[in-house]
Formats: sequence, C-alpha cells, structure tokens
Amino acid sequence: MGNLKLPRMLIATAAFWAVVSILNATGILNGYFMIIINRSLIFVILAVSLNLINGITGQFSLGHMGFAAVGAYVSGSITTLIFKLSPDTLAGNGIFVVAIVIGGLAAGFVGFLIGFPSLRLKGDYLAIMTLGFGEIIRTILNNIDAVGGPRGLLGIPKFSNFTVIVAFAFLTIAILRNLVQSSHGRAMLSIRENELAAELAGVDTTRYKVLGFIIGAFFAGVAGGLLAHLLQIAHPTQYGFYASALVLIMVYAGGMGSLTGSVIAAFTLTFLTEGLRVGIDWLKDTVGLPVGTEWTMVIYAILLILIMLFRTEGLMGMREAKILIIAEETK
Amino acid sequence: MSDALLKIKGMSHYFGGLKAVSNFDFEVPEGVIYGLIGPNGSGKTTTFNLITGIYTPTEGSITFDGSEIKGMKPYKIVHRGIARTFQNLRIFSNLSVIDNIRVARHFTVRSSLASSLLRLPGFKAEEKAIRQEAMHLLEIMHLEDRSEEKAKNLPYGELRRLEIARALATRPKLVLLDEPAAGMNPKEVADLMELIVRVRNEFKVTVFLIEHHMKVVMGICERIKVIDFGETIAEGLPEAVGKDPKVLEAYLGKRGA
Ligand SMILES: Nc1ncnc2c1ncn2[C@@H]1O[C@H](COP(=O)(O)OP(=O)(O)O)[C@@H](O)[C@H]1O
Ligand SMILES: [Mg+2]
Repeated sequence: MGNLKLPRMLIATAAFWAVVSILNATGILNGYFMIIINRSLIFVILAVSLNLINGITGQFSLGHMGFAAVGAYVSGSITTLIFKLSPDTLAGNGIFVVAIVIGGLAAGFVGFLIGFPSLRLKGDYLAIMTLGFGEIIRTILNNIDAVGGPRGLLGIPKFSNFTVIVAFAFLTIAILRNLVQSSHGRAMLSIRENELAAELAGVDTTRYKVLGFIIGAFFAGVAGGLLAHLLQIAHPTQYGFYASALVLIMVYAGGMGSLTGSVIAAFTLTFLTEGLRVGIDWLKDTVGLPVGTEWTMVIYAILLILIMLFRTEGLMGMREAKILIIAEETK
Repeated sequence: MSDALLKIKGMSHYFGGLKAVSNFDFEVPEGVIYGLIGPNGSGKTTTFNLITGIYTPTEGSITFDGSEIKGMKPYKIVHRGIARTFQNLRIFSNLSVIDNIRVARHFTVRSSLASSLLRLPGFKAEEKAIRQEAMHLLEIMHLEDRSEEKAKNLPYGELRRLEIARALATRPKLVLLDEPAAGMNPKEVADLMELIVRVRNEFKVTVFLIEHHMKVVMGICERIKVIDFGETIAEGLPEAVGKDPKVLEAYLGKRGA
C-alpha cells in the first residue's frame, strides 16, 4: 500500500515461517519443538493484546485468560458441533477461520460488558475486578455440562497448525502496530501518560479505555481459539490465574507499551516454561526431590521481582524494533 | 457586554466545609486578554477547574458561547471550544513532542477505526493534515526542531510552551492559562508575554490567564479581576485595579507576591 514498512514486516514473518518450516521438514525441529513454537506464537498474541490494555492504555487487567477462554470455548463449540453434524464440511479451513473470529468477537463483547462498568475504577480496584472476572469465567466453565464441565471441551478438530498460527500472529501485531501509530492509538497512549490531561485535550477517556479493552479481549479470544484447535481440548484450568499471570509477566518483562518486547518475552518465557517443566520433572523423578510444576510460578515470581528491582522498564522499555515503526512523511 | 464569550453567574464551590470560590461573577468578552490574580490559595485554579468541568460548581451557572456548560464532561467542554494549561505541568512525558500536540487534534478525526487499522488512503491524508497543523503550531512556539524528541527531555520553559501549543491544537475559542510564567526567568517572561499577545491575534482566541507576575498582568491584560479567600475584591482595567487600596493590601501588601 505504497508503504515500504508493511512489506518489510511481512518479509520478516515469511522468512521466519520458511526457516521453521524447512527445519521441520528436514527433521531438525521435531514435533515437540513445533508444539512449543506454536504455543509461543499464541502467547505472542496474548501478550501483545494484554499490552494494549496494560501497557498502551495504562489500565491494569489481571484476567486476560478469561477472554481467551471465551474465544476457545465459543470457537471450539462451533467447530465441534459442525464436525459432529457433517465431517465433510470441514474440508476447507474457511469455517475454522470464521469460528476463530466469532470466538474473538464473543470475547470482545464480554470485554465490553465487564470493561464498561469496571474501567471507571482505578488501579487496584480495576485489578481486583478483572482478577474476579477471570475466576468467574473459569468457575462458570467448570459448571456448564454442555461444554464438558470440569472434564473440558473434548474432541475439538485439529485445525491450528504452524502456518495458520503464524498468519494470525502476524495480523495481530500488524493491526496493533497500525492502531498505536494512529490518532486512535495516540488517544489511548495519552490516557496512560496523564488521564486528566488527556481528557482536557478532548479525549473521551472512558470510550478509549473501553475500546482498548474490547480490542485486547478480541485478540485474546482469537488466541484462545487457536490454542483450543491446537491442543484439541479446552479445559478450565488452562485459563486460570496462573496463565493470566504468565501473560502479565511477559508484558512486564518485554516492556510495558512495547509490542516488540512482548513478542520477544512471549517466545523466551514459553521456552523457559517448558525448560523449567523438564528440569523440575528431572529433579523429581531422577534426583527424587519433592518438587512439582507449581515451582515454575515461584521462579517467575522471583523473575518479576528481579525485573522490578533492576530493570523496571523491562527489556525494551517503550521502544519498538525498527521493523514495527511506520515511517512518516515528514514534509 | 451581553455578548461576552464566557459568562459566570453566582458561582460558588465548596470542598467539604471550605468555601474555595464564593459567588463569582465573570464576563469575559470575546477577544480580550483577561487576567485573574490573587494570593496563593485564593481559588484561582479552582475557578479554572470549575470552568473546564473537572469539578461541578455547588452553585451558579457557566455560560459559554451562548449555552450552559455546567455539568458537562471535561472533554465535551473542550470540544465546545475551551482549552487550558496546568499550573503544575501535565505533559505526556513519554510521547514525542509532536504526539503531545497530535493527541489534541484526534477528536476531529473522521477516519473510522477500521480505516486506521488498515491504513486506508483517507486515513493517511487525514494524518498528514494533522501532522502539518501540529508542525505549524510547533513553529510558532519555536519547538519545531524538537518535534521527534521525547517530551520529558525538554527543559521547563519549553514544556510550558508545549502545553500552550497543545491547548491551541484543540482549536479553542477560549484558552485558560494557569500561571504560564511560573518558574521562568525575566527573559523568558518577556518572550512569553509577546507570545500570548501574538497567539491571541493570530488564532483569534480569547485568553483568560491566572498570573502571579504583576509585570505580566499589568503588561498584557486588558481586564483584571482580583480575588482573595474566594471573594472578589476588585475588577476592571489594569490601571484602576493597580491603584485599588484593597488590592494593594491583599495582594501587594503583607502577603504580597
Ligand atoms: N481538590 C481539593 N480538595 C480540597 N481542597 C481543595 C482542592 N483544590 C483546592 N482546594 C483548596 O481550595 C483553595 C483554593 O485553591 P486553589 O484554587 O488551588 O488556589 P490558587 O490557585 O488560587 O492558589 C485552597 O485552600 C485549596 O487548599
Ligand atoms: Mg493555582
């Protein structure tokens, strides 16, 4: 579109896709690694979308996985139902993509419902409200038999694959980048910077806080849908506070307000989580120490404290990689 | 005087038991530079907060450009044409200088969210126009070389000018300046006075300013109101007010500036 920077981001994404695909085809990256890479990309979507709410608009949401759960269960229910009715219709990926988007829209709508009343609250109150929301969603899902209750939603067709997930991650980042570098995005940034001054610069702060929340929730719902169709199951425990906290740590570690930072942190911490899981299993089974996976959370808590102490602004601060900055015609 | 741009009648405001503003009447005619002075804590900033909708007055009415604005949300009052600066700067510190200005232009943007997200041609044309207008304001404030700098890296005097530019970016009819010369050296104060007059003439705005520097007030204000403890003690032309014994006592006297 006459803009050289968009293709550059597209080229980088395509190159990443090609390299990983080739390494996978030649057997250098096995299926196990591909699962971790796919998870990383889904966490990229979760982290950048939470960054829109927490880092760019300056609000504080602790229940991001609640939105992902909405997307996972809604899209998962749609494809599962259609699959049961007639397996043939699933030949194309079209229905899957539509289901993912519907899941995102449902999550966005829930974002609107809880965002509208709660964004009048500030700081701690908002955090508590969103924390409560995440737990309510989890509890509700645990108790609805139609979607499997505590067993989870089973038998979701496997539609997510590396290519689809890369495409969604790319679109998410591109759209959020475009948003941040537009008048609408600057209105959101101004709220983070100084809410009263934003209002006195003519920004309808309530509207933009809710808008940020809705867009963030939408993409979280998309991520949830992709995850459900990757693992072929949606389970309440996947979307609890533990997972929301992990996404939050990614946003902090990468830098509040930096999409680049969120991308890097999502990859690093997803791989770290897997490494820790392997390490802890080894300590437990081979060495015989009485440790469990909950220890990863202890390590993350320590990591968060270290960030707060030694690098408050996270890896990137508020900076972006050049590839994510749209050049402006200055004259 | 019936065509005053801003008309305030019987405005009072309480903070709990404290009467911060008591029965104020203002008539700010279009096109003037109007000065509000008074000792610290006399209710000047509160008056601005009431006009801009940050607080709603306990009593009284505020008419702007012919319609009542009391009770309206601050951003809506801005859309009507009142902009302001703050006594203690409120800058978007982590945004660039030009973005500080562009924020104040966003509410007239017509491009839909979808068109922004997809960067359609209409969106681009609009963003370009906003950029040009912002650059023009920066030139007037002698900040054009700083446009891409993070605002927090600017020295104090430049931040004061940036706030004025941000206020003007909303295309106001009335600009409220809360102690614009605070913390400036004499040279900067002189430049500022010139700037305020220039802004009034070029942008055809009405200026309502709070000031501590007697020199600024007497130098550029065409009408003055003096308050103390939330009460009006004098009002009128600068020469007359400057000689008023009550003013001399309250403001220039023992608790002087
Ligand atoms: N939000 C507030 N809550 C309580 N008291 C306030 C508030 N804002 C101002 N005041 C009080 O109102 C009085 C007038 O304050 P202000 O308008 O800021 O004075 P000025 O700008 O003339 O120095 C002071 O006594 C101040 O302490
Ligand atoms: Mg004051």
